[in-house]
Amino acid sequence: MTGEHFMKGDEALVEGSIAAGCRFYAGYPITPSSEIAERMAWRMPLVGGDYIQIEDEMGSLAAVIGASCAGAKAMTATSGPGFSLMMEHIGLAIMLEAPCVVVDIQRGGPSTGLPTLMSQGDMMQARWGSHGDYEMVAYAPGTVQEMFDFAIKAFNTAERFRVPVLVMGDQIVGQMTARLVIPSEEEIEVSYRPLPDVPPEEYSPADVSRLVPPMVLPGEGYGLHMTALTHDEFGYPETSASRQESLVPRLIRKIKENEQDIVEYEERLLDDAEVGLVVYGSMKGPGWEAVQAARKEGIKAGILRLITPWPFPREPVERLSERVAAILVAEVNMGQMVHSVREYARCPVHHLGHPGGRIFHPDEILRALRKVIT
Amino acid sequence: MRTEIRMAGFGGQGIITMGKILGRAAVIYDRRPAVLTEDYGPEKIGGWSKADLVLSDEEIQYPLVDRLDIFLALSQDGYEMFHHTLRVDGQALFESDLVNPEKGWKQRTTFIPALQTASDMGKKVVANIVMIGALVELTQVVSVKAAKKAILDSIPKGTEDLNEAAFSKGRELAREEGG
Repeated sequence: MTGEHFMKGDEALVEGSIAAGCRFYAGYPITPSSEIAERMAWRMPLVGGDYIQIEDEMGSLAAVIGASCAGAKAMTATSGPGFSLMMEHIGLAIMLEAPCVVVDIQRGGPSTGLPTLMSQGDMMQARWGSHGDYEMVAYAPGTVQEMFDFAIKAFNTAERFRVPVLVMGDQIVGQMTARLVIPSEEEIEVSYRPLPDVPPEEYSPADVSRLVPPMVLPGEGYGLHMTALTHDEFGYPETSASRQESLVPRLIRKIKENEQDIVEYEERLLDDAEVGLVVYGSMKGPGWEAVQAARKEGIKAGILRLITPWPFPREPVERLSERVAAILVAEVNMGQMVHSVREYARCPVHHLGHPGGRIFHPDEILRALRKVIT
Repeated sequence: MRTEIRMAGFGGQGIITMGKILGRAAVIYDRRPAVLTEDYGPEKIGGWSKADLVLSDEEIQYPLVDRLDIFLALSQDGYEMFHHTLRVDGQALFESDLVNPEKGWKQRTTFIPALQTASDMGKKVVANIVMIGALVELTQVVSVKAAKKAILDSIPKGTEDLNEAAFSKGRELAREEGG
């Protein structure tokens, strides 16, 4: 597939996933993510992978986790209602340390909501939707090219840290068709989970000196038990406060201590900015257009685009807030990422929100920027 | 310069295929940025369908259409749903037998008998290719060469001659009708 294409975002994500090594897809089609399942059904057999259409979204993620534990790079994709159903198994993937990728092509909610129209209403669910304590990694693509590129990032991060990683797309970026350049295989960097570096007879899972322990795969002679219960290093259940204290903080530290490495963002025109616009996902383009229009009328605006909404880029937000008089967060929900911005910003933070169904036009963002500076 | 095109009709007419062909022509062969978004009424077979294409000389930031420069309708429903989105100085292309604009419709309009032409050629399904020929001739939104290549990329093997003929016929009609 190396070369130039005119491709739909959902399909570009499939190609990025395959380029990253994905060879197992299980899912239940749902608008506006169905093109992912459709293309996967065609592409997986061609690359020696497997595609299964499962009865529902809980089963889909369960199958993905199973495939991951068997050694495959695996993923599923869905939209709001299915994402809700997947929450339980996101926790399972965290607890089993099973690397996998879950894609949410967001549409308007709550419930069935707006099946064919865009929203960014699942951003907090992405972070907090499963029960218990954990850290989350999520990428928010804003172009067709990024659907490809961020799929690769998502797989690499999932494999390096043995965690589920989310791609938080939306109906606009998922279903629009635009230019995509697929680099050659040699240009694409691909990670795989850490494996034991000793033969089976010398292997002991009791070594927890590494934050990300090597993952043993079935059929290679290594012994390991796996359970969703709080467990010891051998994987056997041990439901005690002391075991919880050694397991859960390590699962969190895997991400926390590597935050510098994982967090990604993009800053433009911030050097002399007096007002900062914060956007992510499909709002990238309209946001950038609005900032350029603001500059033309003398408003010193700049933009901070969150590539990883999670872990939240807190340092860039802190820095931004020390530089500007005010921040505007523009997002297609009634106020989600704005809460995290407020948590770290030391300046007034304003919100431009919409319940979903459409993306903001650059003129609307420009009007909001004008209001913020007066 | 930014050009916004909307194509509207009903499911099965190849409206979205038209968008894909034109977008592909722009991006792959004319090497200009283009973004296609599509939408359709899922409630019934033969429901409305539309493809929106933004063409530009610069990277496209806002991917949706706002004020249409060109509006192409292949069904009365398509016309009625979206005709108000065409700019006052915009260009309309309507299928002659399927679209009747209301009295007082003032925008520059070319009627193309795409369906009849395609029927005469023996395959109604190439009506959309006839329309692409007419559109390219009238507006030069993509080059003739690019459009031809993108059509050949997008059609089933063995139908090359038919589609090329449909494209040429569309250009001819536009020259005649567009005057």
